[in-house]
Amino acid sequence: MATLELRGLKKYYGNTHAVDGIDAAIAEGEFLAILGPSGCGKSTTMRMIAGLEAPSAGEVLIGGKSVTHLPPRARNVSMVFQSYALYPHMSVLENIAFPLKARGVPRTERDAKIKWASAMLGIEPLLQRKPGRLSGGEKQKVALARSLVRDPALFIFDEPLSSLDAQVRTMARSELRLLHDRTGVTTVYVTHDQIEALGMGDRIAIMQHGRVRQLGTPQQLYDQPADTFVAGFLGSPPMNLLQRGGRIIGIRPEHLLPAPPGTTDDQSFELQVRIKRLEFLGTDWLIYGLLETGAQGQKVLSKVSPGIAATLQEGALQTFRVERMCLRFFDPATGSRVDDGPR
Amino acid sequence: MARADTEVRVSLGDREGLLGTLMLAPAFLYIAALVGIPFFLAIALSLSSATIGDPHIHGFVGLANFAHAMHESAFPIALRNSIIVTCATLILTLVLATAESELLVRDFRGKWLWQILLILPWAMPVSLAAVDWLWLLDSEFSPLDWLLRQAHLLGPGTPWGPANHLYYYGREWLGLGAITMINVWRLLPLATIIVLAGRTAIPREIFEQAQVDGAGFFRVLFRITIPALLPLLVVAGMFTALLVFGDMTVVALTTRGGPGYATQLLPYWAYLKGIEGGALSEGAAVALFMFPVLLAGAVLALRMAYRADSN
Repeated sequence: MATLELRGLKKYYGNTHAVDGIDAAIAEGEFLAILGPSGCGKSTTMRMIAGLEAPSAGEVLIGGKSVTHLPPRARNVSMVFQSYALYPHMSVLENIAFPLKARGVPRTERDAKIKWASAMLGIEPLLQRKPGRLSGGEKQKVALARSLVRDPALFIFDEPLSSLDAQVRTMARSELRLLHDRTGVTTVYVTHDQIEALGMGDRIAIMQHGRVRQLGTPQQLYDQPADTFVAGFLGSPPMNLLQRGGRIIGIRPEHLLPAPPGTTDDQSFELQVRIKRLEFLGTDWLIYGLLETGAQGQKVLSKVSPGIAATLQEGALQTFRVERMCLRFFDPATGSRVDDGPR
Repeated sequence: MARADTEVRVSLGDREGLLGTLMLAPAFLYIAALVGIPFFLAIALSLSSATIGDPHIHGFVGLANFAHAMHESAFPIALRNSIIVTCATLILTLVLATAESELLVRDFRGKWLWQILLILPWAMPVSLAAVDWLWLLDSEFSPLDWLLRQAHLLGPGTPWGPANHLYYYGREWLGLGAITMINVWRLLPLATIIVLAGRTAIPREIFEQAQVDGAGFFRVLFRITIPALLPLLVVAGMFTALLVFGDMTVVALTTRGGPGYATQLLPYWAYLKGIEGGALSEGAAVALFMFPVLLAGAVLALRMAYRADSN
């Protein structure tokens, strides 16, 4: 267990700035999710932390000590790859034993560790099998056990759930987080899936174009997005970003609700919306609309409960309202969030 | 609009059974004519009393040719030499092919030059290669001898002296060593390409995982790379072994089996007996001697490769 610190971390490939200056401090035992679209530099950042990629500039500190120039094996970092990278010719047992053998852990201690890790993940019945005969979920557990056995200073996960079936993924998510809570190992979790980042991370670093756009708790990122990128990336569907009066107004779809006539007051903000389409999503309905006030013709999304959706009609003109305290304001030139504006 | 009942002409290309037979036919005929018939002819010859002077296959003599060959003094030497040269070539080739594939799988400056150098022995005409090696290991003008003399290892008053030459092709172990070296030189490209194909197919993440897991270079090599390469090492090894064991060109161009029978190999001895010596049936018997062993070896190796691969 240890802290992790990144100082001015950069990686250039020729003229491409894959990672363009990252500063972050991760506390001991913290679960940090790095979230971003593909090509944002999150994988490169992770690989530099693991030592698989040498930074062009900057430093990586684990437990307060610089490991920038150390090879991966000298960093005591554990990693679970997206593909799980199990050694195909070794049994599950040999796979789990590999990092221990590489470190010269004595046999009795090794056996005890393997027993502990395989019991924790419930894979004892699989120990004699070869990876080729495991399901995706089983492979993931074996990879976790292998990364767990040697008391790493740091866990690095590279999209470990993305090759699982959708049904298994939700369970795996909570199991992974519970495992973290039980072992307390500092964790860096790279993903492009915001549900994983929001659901698992103590804090999230959102990356774009090789930079961290915002680093904070999931609630901070969701409620107080630092800029239009974060606002437009988080949330499903993401925040409505409407041009209005030299500013960009951000409205979460679940805050934009149809208002019965005469119910508005000065605490709320009104919009006239032409409803184009109603979409059933199970627990919610999604309303696709076009703005008829202010910046006309802009698309807006609203998420409502089935009870409310039943009162709406496609093609109708409808008043929507938002609590003023739910509005977020952004500078159109920089994209940064400005003061929460007039209430 | 095409009508639903538009007739589509069914051509030969749609009849997979017939097409397959037609396309396989040339290969089948080729193998039958140039491998199958000579092979059975050789078996027939080895069981007969045929000679160059009277090549007709009559007079069935059973295994007499085999028994006779086995009792000749050259036989155990040739057999031993064949095994030594094959095993030595096999080991050296596999070690070097693994090392070379480790090198070539990485990116480095001037890699293209290495790739060309690697492939060169393969692309070289046999006659040119023979001239090269005859000169390189010549009894009078060998540049290797010259280098050794410059290093004061050869010549009067040196560890390998007092002679000024090593006479590579004139001594038993140097001769066998030279034959082995030439075989390695000539077969390494093929083996490397086979092994390299396997090496590039191993996902990079496996190696990165091993690095993160704390393995150093040699642990990765022996615990990850080589086990993963095993099926292809078996294939490369089998090719190498079969090509060396059945080859007579290298020995024919260098030591000619001498001095005496000291560097004689089975295939060249078979050639000398059967063609040069005129004892066609005995030559065939010697050539066929190792066939069951080679066949068993090949079957075993292929099964092993298949098993390792399916795991």
